[in-house]
Amino acid sequence: MIGALILRDVRRGFTGGAWLPIAFFLLVATLVPFAIGPDARLLSRVGAGALWIAALTAALLPIERLVEPDRADGMLDQLLLHGVVDEIIAVCKIAAHWLTFGPLLFVAAFPAAALLHIDGSGLARLLLSVWIGTPGLAALAVAVAALTAGLPRTGSIAGLILLPLAVPLLIFAAAFCASGGNQAMALEAAISILLLAGAPFVAGAAIRASRT
Amino acid sequence: MKALLRFEDVTLRRGGRLLFEHLTFKVDPGDRLQVTGPNGSGKSSLLRLAAGLLRAEAGSVDRSSLALADDAAALDRELPLGRALQFWNASPERAMEALGLTHLGLVPVRLLSSGQLKRASLARVAASSARLWLLDEPLNALDSDGAKKLGLLVERHLESGGAVLAASHQRLGGEWRKIELHQGNMT
Repeated sequence: MIGALILRDVRRGFTGGAWLPIAFFLLVATLVPFAIGPDARLLSRVGAGALWIAALTAALLPIERLVEPDRADGMLDQLLLHGVVDEIIAVCKIAAHWLTFGPLLFVAAFPAAALLHIDGSGLARLLLSVWIGTPGLAALAVAVAALTAGLPRTGSIAGLILLPLAVPLLIFAAAFCASGGNQAMALEAAISILLLAGAPFVAGAAIRASRT
Repeated sequence: MKALLRFEDVTLRRGGRLLFEHLTFKVDPGDRLQVTGPNGSGKSSLLRLAAGLLRAEAGSVDRSSLALADDAAALDRELPLGRALQFWNASPERAMEALGLTHLGLVPVRLLSSGQLKRASLARVAASSARLWLLDEPLNALDSDGAKKLGLLVERHLESGGAVLAASHQRLGGEWRKIELHQGNMT
């Protein structure tokens, strides 16, 4: 059941517009040179941070389709009746969401980095920070999606919850991209793991609470 | 013989409103039990409580394996009906045939009418191996042919040692034991 659920969510992700956040991410990356100017040195200095802001805002786009459709359609209820507890549902959703988000963002980071004149070791650090950070970001997105499922105007409320909580991830990811160094990377990984470990319980409790 | 469902002195309150209190009953293999009552008397809530989707304020509920059909179909809308049902059960063909859905196996769920969707969620329950079926307003949107097919399915399920608990204000075919809910108490 668990494998089937992950597969189903991945399939729904790819048929339901998984490319939209990626297109949005690339679009924001294209805007940065327009806003800052074509100075290659300046761009490569601020570029990684700008790309991380783009990644955070792109992570908001799929939130409405992560949990709410399954709640409205009774899918979450039936999964519980089939013995899948809410926390496990959340873990499956996080895994499936990352699979439709993380690898695509990783690939999109190449053209985005090229636009902002990030290359060499800067590019390597950016890619590494994406690998480390996106699992935590996916977990946070699912938790926020579960918290806001069934509310009106989910999109704007989700942004107000997700973005502040993603600030630590942004700080350490951008710090690592800018200067390298193991401490920033270790702290980014720690934040990502913290989000991964906590999100299933938050999302599980939120799904349970939505049933009353 | 072990009961498939047992309510012991159960009280349920939702949104501050008392739906029923001190409700005691059990469902044995071969039983069919109908919960009746006016709109808003708590029929669906009783079923969701029996399924374990709600918590009782007081009392205890013991349940065995069960399957629930309510107004949410829980089928992926973009998939063909056959594949959507397969998510819940590897071989839904017999249940689909019993409800006259075989010819719709390749039609996407989103294109089904509400009656066909009702049949599909009943097929999901019938395809499961659960011994207790919980049916919430099973006759809603069903035509007379659908109601007849459901009646046959229920008969077969009871013969094989299963039981059915249905919530409906309509008359269901066959002989049903009844629980009647009023506003705030039960008889």
